[in-house]
Amino acid sequence: MSENLRFKDHHTEQRLFRNRMLVAIVCVAALIGVLVARLYNLQVVNYESYSTQSDQNRIQVRPVPPTRGLIYDRNGLLLADNRPSYTLSIVRERVKDLDTTLELLGQLVELDDGDVEKFKRRLVRRRPFEPVPLRFRLTEEEIARISVNEFHLLGVSVEAELVRYYPEQDLFAHSVGYVGRIAERDLASFTEEDVRRYRGTQSIGKVGLERSYEDLLLGEVGYENVETNARGRVLRVLERQDPKPGAELTLHLDTRLQQVATEALGENRGAVVAIDVKTGGVLAFVSKPSFDPNLFVTGISFGDYSALRDSLDVPLFNRTVQGQYAPGSTLKPMMGLGALEAGIITANTTVNDPGFYKLPNDSRIYRDHLRWGHGKKVDLIQALEQSCDTYFWDMAARWNIDGMHDIATRFGLGTKTGIDVPVERPGLFPSRDWKRGARGVPWFPGDSLNAVLGQGFVLATPLQLAVMTATIANRGTHFRPQIVMAIDGVEQPPEVLHHIDARPESWDLVFKGMEAVVYNTRGTGKRAGADLDFRVAGKSGTAQIVGIAQGAKYDSEALKERLRDNALFVAFAPVDDPQIAVSVLVENGESGGRMAAPVAREVFAEWMSRPLEETASLPSWHPPLVPQPQILEEVRIRG
Amino acid sequence: MASRDYMHRLPDVGSSLRRPESISRRWHIDLPLLLLLLALAGVGLVVLYSASGSEVHYVKRQAVFMALAFVGMLIAAQIPLEFYRRWSPWFYVAGCCLLVAVLFFGVGAKGAQRWLQIGGFRFQPSEALKLAVPIAVAAYLHGRSLPPSFVTVVGALLIIALPAALIVRQPDLGTSILIAASGLFALYLSGLSWKMIGSAVVMGVLAAWPMWMWGLRDYQRQRILTLFNPDADRLGAGWNIFQSKAAIGSGGWDGKGYMQGTQSQLDFLPESHTDFIIAVLAEEWGMRGALILLTLYLLIIARGIYISFMAQHVFGRLLAGSITLTFFVYVFVNIGMVTGLLPVVGVPLPLVSHGGTSVITLMAGFGILMAISTERRRVLF
Repeated sequence: MSENLRFKDHHTEQRLFRNRMLVAIVCVAALIGVLVARLYNLQVVNYESYSTQSDQNRIQVRPVPPTRGLIYDRNGLLLADNRPSYTLSIVRERVKDLDTTLELLGQLVELDDGDVEKFKRRLVRRRPFEPVPLRFRLTEEEIARISVNEFHLLGVSVEAELVRYYPEQDLFAHSVGYVGRIAERDLASFTEEDVRRYRGTQSIGKVGLERSYEDLLLGEVGYENVETNARGRVLRVLERQDPKPGAELTLHLDTRLQQVATEALGENRGAVVAIDVKTGGVLAFVSKPSFDPNLFVTGISFGDYSALRDSLDVPLFNRTVQGQYAPGSTLKPMMGLGALEAGIITANTTVNDPGFYKLPNDSRIYRDHLRWGHGKKVDLIQALEQSCDTYFWDMAARWNIDGMHDIATRFGLGTKTGIDVPVERPGLFPSRDWKRGARGVPWFPGDSLNAVLGQGFVLATPLQLAVMTATIANRGTHFRPQIVMAIDGVEQPPEVLHHIDARPESWDLVFKGMEAVVYNTRGTGKRAGADLDFRVAGKSGTAQIVGIAQGAKYDSEALKERLRDNALFVAFAPVDDPQIAVSVLVENGESGGRMAAPVAREVFAEWMSRPLEETASLPSWHPPLVPQPQILEEVRIRG
Repeated sequence: MASRDYMHRLPDVGSSLRRPESISRRWHIDLPLLLLLLALAGVGLVVLYSASGSEVHYVKRQAVFMALAFVGMLIAAQIPLEFYRRWSPWFYVAGCCLLVAVLFFGVGAKGAQRWLQIGGFRFQPSEALKLAVPIAVAAYLHGRSLPPSFVTVVGALLIIALPAALIVRQPDLGTSILIAASGLFALYLSGLSWKMIGSAVVMGVLAAWPMWMWGLRDYQRQRILTLFNPDADRLGAGWNIFQSKAAIGSGGWDGKGYMQGTQSQLDFLPESHTDFIIAVLAEEWGMRGALILLTLYLLIIARGIYISFMAQHVFGRLLAGSITLTFFVYVFVNIGMVTGLLPVVGVPLPLVSHGGTSVITLMAGFGILMAISTERRRVLF
């Protein structure tokens, strides 16, 4: 080795090394410069952006859904409650293999194909890292099974949420209505503001008050800034804006009265509406048959839904506001009042009723429901008492449709009542214009004979008949019917739509006639007042739902049950100081006096048996104190 | 002293003029380097405490490793340079044999086979080659006239290529590149002609395409692609880089405060106590802290370069230069990777990242640097 070394040129070698090292130093300096520049770029130039990124990483703004406003009946009885329900959710981003996880979950909890299918549809529209619900209403046992297996269920969580519960089940399905899961259809109509308000909220009012008062019941969503770690576990709440719970509704509805009315209808299909005469508050709102609204809250199963939808009894159909029926003779008191005021008849007007009526210059024979007639000298009171058709035909023939249409309109027929439940139908009271427009033919005198008896083209909802009756009982004050009495304890003032001016003598006469219906020997509605210690005034109605051929014998037995006449009864009580007005409809009940009047009687008996302060229109009870929104501790199994 | 008699020396003129550093010279300690390394190790332990989520366990373990490594360094510093030079072929051969053994008997994880299991010990032979290769190349060149002739260069390249190839087979591309680099630095510093360097670069560029197609594994390609488009797959390959950039960037100039880094403390930052530890420092101490750390590294590198300039013969010069530049490569590759400039390869941040073997190898390297720096002025004949 020393031989080799001998020939080395130390100075050249050293110079070489120095040059090489100097180049290397320049490179090192340049590369250090690159690193410093990079740090400067990250930490100074783009500080804001990375700072935001880092915050977004760890801080999640989570909506805190408000508790939905509770709904009470007039006595403070809870009609719509919120109860905790446990939901199985999956955060897609944290699940490695979705199918495996779903399969595993299927072994732990009951999952049907519908659940999985709906879950996959929900997966499509969601924000990243948002838990997507898979199964609702877990049982205690299922929750336990999941928590035992949590270690291989990454991304699966069980969360508690408050869901609507209707303790009275089917009793208020048609008035209070129900909430359901927010559907695609709802989302499509959402404004940006709605999207914000419904963050974190799973359900929305679908029918009834739940729908019409949705804005008030919903409340205001709150927010929570939470710090999470990389696995999404919430470590602490940085700040929180509490949600504002939805408004509490107190209704005019009375649970006991509703129950009594429902029971009084028995097995029949029908409707009962009771109205507080002094305010227009709706005390009972029965449509039968009904259904359990709880089925809809977290999504109704296909089987349950088709059973309800396909039933011949159409339980989902709200007969009180959507059912448009021929009101029949229940219109007679109103028509009598109109004719008195128009000067067509007086208290002394009498008509000879041979059991039929013939228009002048017309061969057609109109048959009274009593074949042998009501007698030689029938006046208004008798005509109401015995529901004499001939009297009213004679009256209609001398009157005109314009006058009849006018008085019917003022009592609210043919227009929506404006009640605070949705999807109300207007019914129909025909006019010349309507007939020309809708049918293209002029008004015939015979049409008037039909209209005055609430037949032919005339259609009214049970609610409209109740409003009409309450307006009579009020001697002309026409209130808008309202179900909600107070919002967050603040009473909603009664709303007078208008006042019908009529002479007191006219009102007296109509009252007398309606009282005679209940109390005279030949009265058609005696069952409405049986054994009551106050006086009732009413009017029966029996409305054909199929045209009976001229001269054909009416044979109810031969007709299918569903083609029989509808039975109606309207009434108010007590006569000397009217408190409550009722309309009753019994589908295919055949006779208003026999089938519908007893229902009205039960309602009156129940209502008037109350001590005065209980029946007073606005009770002085205080709504329960609004509890602080109680957010259930999240049961997070894995984030 | 007596053991060094075989080295040719100048007459001992300095022995009468004892300077303060003479004590450290007697114990072969380079005081500036020692102080800088102690400072760096101290910073490393403090950052590690935060990065490991206040787990004393990690810090204790690392402190023990560091203490062992410092002892190792001091021992390495005592060994005369001539010993390293003479024994370099045997180190090299022994290292290569171990690498071959790894290929046959090695144990490992995640598809790689990098360790030898001897009793309860796990040993990574490629670590030893990190020193054996530059020593061998420096010793090889020491005996040749410089600038190296073509034949000499080919010989040096063969010395470098054998272990590099064996380590690529494990596979461990990162270590292989670092080891090749340490050898190539020695070759470069010896005066390799620019023509050769230029043609090597051209060949490297030409080889890039076949390398990309056949030389790399899928995950390696993925890492490189991620570099150019880190946002493409934020939850997958881009996650690490996305989070480490957010950590560093959100630190700003001042930092979020010690133990206050949300990215690291809340587990968003992956491998926060090993390869990505600089992100913790940059997040919590801000750019100020990162610059202080960089300055420490620069001072160590400057001291290394100074030692190489002062080295009295080719072997020491080349070895010191190679060790120093390789150390810089560690620093640059690690910070470059964590800041998203370079693809993610498993290179720890020297003396700061948690991990035992790399600390020991690095400190042994610094021990050799000290041996070079404290060697008496002498002339090789």
